[in-house]
Amino acid sequence: MARSKRKVPGLNASSTADISFILLIFFLVVTSMDTDTGLARRLPNPPDPNQEEEDVKVKGRNVLVVQVNMNNEISYYYGDQASRVAQYNVQPSDLYVIAKEFIANPSNKANMPEFHPADPPLPLLGAYPVTKNHIISIQTDRTTKYDVYFQIQNELVRAYNDIRDEFALSKFGKHFADIVPESDEDLAVRGVYPMKISEAEPKQYGGN
Amino acid sequence: MPELNTSSLPDLIFSILFFFMIVTSMREVTLKVEFEVPQGTELQKLEKKSLVSYIYIGPPTREYRAKLGTESRIQLNEDFAEVAAIHEYVLQERESMQERDKPFMKISLKMDKNTQMGIVTDVKMALREAWALNISYSATKRQ
Repeated sequence: MARSKRKVPGLNASSTADISFILLIFFLVVTSMDTDTGLARRLPNPPDPNQEEEDVKVKGRNVLVVQVNMNNEISYYYGDQASRVAQYNVQPSDLYVIAKEFIANPSNKANMPEFHPADPPLPLLGAYPVTKNHIISIQTDRTTKYDVYFQIQNELVRAYNDIRDEFALSKFGKHFADIVPESDEDLAVRGVYPMKISEAEPKQYGGN
Repeated sequence: MPELNTSSLPDLIFSILFFFMIVTSMREVTLKVEFEVPQGTELQKLEKKSLVSYIYIGPPTREYRAKLGTESRIQLNEDFAEVAAIHEYVLQERESMQERDKPFMKISLKMDKNTQMGIVTDVKMALREAWALNISYSATKRQ
């Protein structure tokens, strides 16, 4: 038998490029590379129905109350009885300054949070005096615009982030953002300035 | 002039194609509500999409407006829902997650700027009761 000299003809692959181009364009169009960003918050545990509703006793000086009424006007007051004068017509950016001073209480004012030695002791810092009992409470009306609430949250988180950043720089010589999460340094900074924004249920006030 | 050898072109295109296939995440739901999320500065990325469930709140899109009005409504999965349905939704979403991921479940709240706080608070309360405590107020970066 004569050996066949026939070669297998090469498959014409010139259109593969076109086909994959079409597929590529399809995926290019449907791809959404944008990652969702947002302000991360943690909600408190649900209220225990078996437990009698007990008023959590917080000393007045540890409380900063931010209120937003139905007209989206922001006001704030310190919980301390002696200096309980509400300030009106506050802008969200003002709250940044106010919250920053309140959280750190650098000049140890009487109407701002008291210092306690950290208990249990913080890593690296030990029994560092901290304002751990402070609380910032945001109260809104049911008709308040979500945007205003969000801007307040944003400013408060910004205050915490900056205060932590300054502290991390002065103590550990690095930015808070550069500290490895869950490391000793991270826990120390978070321990000194724990984020205490109360997500309390809204109250009816300011009109009807 | 010699012809350009294009025999490796399909391979090249294929590798780009595979890249896009991998990074693609198709939008799973058709939105029935419109929302413009607020702008903020202290935002964090939601890293793992498999951990995130979404709740959309905003005024209904035009085609539903005649029936439902322009008040903000909640959308879970494909449909409008009431606050009471959130508990069930969270449980379902949690059920569909892998066991080791369950504690890290996150809820992304995509809410319209002009939504009233009443509905937001009700949703938050429902989330608390369903023990879905990690939330993220979805927002875009302010320039």
